[in-house]
Amino acid sequence: MGWVNAIIQGVLTGGLYALFACGLSLMFGVMKVVNLAHGDLAVVAGYVAIGIITVTHVPVLWSFLIVVPVMALLGYVLQRTVIQSALDRSVLITLLVTFGLSVVIENGLLQFFTANSRAIGTGLALVSGSFTLGSQIQIGYLLVVVFAVAVVVLLGLQYFLSASKYGRLIRAVADDQEAAQLAGADYRHVFGIAAALAFGTVALAGIAYGMYSQLSPTTGTDTILLFAFAAVVIGGLGSLWGTLLGGVVLGVAQQIGAQINISDEVLAGYILFLGVLVLRPQGLTSRRAQS
Amino acid sequence: MNLVSETTVRPAGSFRVARSRRNVAWTGAGALIVVVVLALFPYIVYSGTTAIIVQAFIVLTMASMWNLLAGYAGLVSVGQQAFVGLGAYFVLILAIHGTSPFAALPVAAIGCGVAALPLWWLVSRLRSGYFAIATWVLAATIMLIIEKFSSIGGGTGMPLPGLSGLSPALLTAYTYWAGLAVTVVALAAIYLLLRGRLGLVLTAIRDDEVAARSSGARVGLARLLVFVVAGAGCGAAGALLAISQLQVQPGAVFSVQWTAEMAFVTIIGGLGTIEGPILGTAVYMVLQQTLASYNAWYLIILGLVAIIVALFARRGLWGLVDEHLNVRLFPVGYWLRITDAAGRTGAMKGK
Repeated sequence: MGWVNAIIQGVLTGGLYALFACGLSLMFGVMKVVNLAHGDLAVVAGYVAIGIITVTHVPVLWSFLIVVPVMALLGYVLQRTVIQSALDRSVLITLLVTFGLSVVIENGLLQFFTANSRAIGTGLALVSGSFTLGSQIQIGYLLVVVFAVAVVVLLGLQYFLSASKYGRLIRAVADDQEAAQLAGADYRHVFGIAAALAFGTVALAGIAYGMYSQLSPTTGTDTILLFAFAAVVIGGLGSLWGTLLGGVVLGVAQQIGAQINISDEVLAGYILFLGVLVLRPQGLTSRRAQS
Repeated sequence: MNLVSETTVRPAGSFRVARSRRNVAWTGAGALIVVVVLALFPYIVYSGTTAIIVQAFIVLTMASMWNLLAGYAGLVSVGQQAFVGLGAYFVLILAIHGTSPFAALPVAAIGCGVAALPLWWLVSRLRSGYFAIATWVLAATIMLIIEKFSSIGGGTGMPLPGLSGLSPALLTAYTYWAGLAVTVVALAAIYLLLRGRLGLVLTAIRDDEVAARSSGARVGLARLLVFVVAGAGCGAAGALLAISQLQVQPGAVFSVQWTAEMAFVTIIGGLGTIEGPILGTAVYMVLQQTLASYNAWYLIILGLVAIIVALFARRGLWGLVDEHLNVRLFPVGYWLRITDAAGRTGAMKGK
């Protein structure tokens, strides 16, 4: 029974990891930006949510309505200023700048909010409650909800990119920036929109993780960024559904590792990641080799 | 004279290729004097000062290696702390088995160079940004594996044995000389590598990778060599770190903060120049010493400065010096001097 439980829990945490990963994947897919500050921004979103809840006493679910648009706006502004000017220089500079941002944000959080971990206390039965399957399997409502949110976000992104006007613009710019520019699309603005979308999902991921576990200044890199990246590589670069599959596979590997030895949860995930890197560097879903 | 004849007809003997505009012998003599003076420091200054300089040696060695990776080979590694940690642990393991930590230092460097081979095989499958995060995951994985061995301290680490027989004054002096030796060897190795064939191949890759490949440059091999050298160098710095702190703690030696420091120091000093990390280390030490009592602030300020420099002064502080004074302490490029019919001379810079 323990193994079945591990697999079910793993699949559900996979939804959370897919939520971590889709912003990273989107920014790479559209702008070829690997945002090393991705996880730290998720932690910032979580901290902002904690701040809003403590100060205004709004219900937890309302904090999403405030934090997600604020982060999306931040994404647009950051993309139009810092990231775009780094992109105009080179890929190398973009990496260095986002790495700089990551370190600055992490140490800033450490300086202002100490190294203590904080959770987003909800007090909602939905979040803390669980239901049981059989006699031994206990499933938290929160993970089910997060998994559903991840699927909805991925479906929404998929629909948005394939069917909406802005989605077409984003794909056009991602395919050929100059041709799209000649056809009248302002690629900088389109990049800004894509970044806003990505940052919105980052905010969702940060708050969800704060509810599921605890946030500390280092969570951004040692958990969110690295797990997101592992999910992206396992699933296959540039594929949204691959990201969900990658998240699920990573989650299951971690839970199976924890089943063998409770302290090996994270290591098991990384070992699977390295295995995929060796045996199938293009990821589980992608057919073409990575360029 | 039309454009074609100007670019194709070149009368024999009208140009000369040189490494530098100035005489390299003077720079060499200067470097020798600097090293000798630095070697005499333990006799002149207080041990507190040499301890600070050892820190500078560690940062300079790591930054020079990171510069070789990112500035010359275009490989942005965010996982160099893997080698810092491995170097520290090599020293610890050898010290536990009775080797002197100072004798273990070169072994640790070589060990890290060898360890870089399988690690390269793993991460070289990914490019640019994904390469960066893959190295980070690798460093995290190595730390998690090392934490599983309780005989070398497990998750909490342990003090470095084998140095308690030395008097404090002697220990500080030995540590200082070891640091000086590591730094001089690291800089000399990088200088000689870049002056030679590898430097040419790397320049060709930087300018146009496809063209370099099609002209027969062995791109993969060049990058592998850089990764191995950088691994060995960061390993030596990690070994030095273990000796200077007298203890090895996994969370500290495998901290991404090391890579952050290497990267910021290099960017501020000047990416892609040997002089850059030296200047950057000076800036770093000043900031770190001034802001030492303000916890993480020096890293925040260093990071912000690095972002601004990366965006607005890509060649860093050394780039500004070079622009105005036109000096190279470590000339690895070539100067082409052209004398035209009228006898005027001009210089063309190539790197």
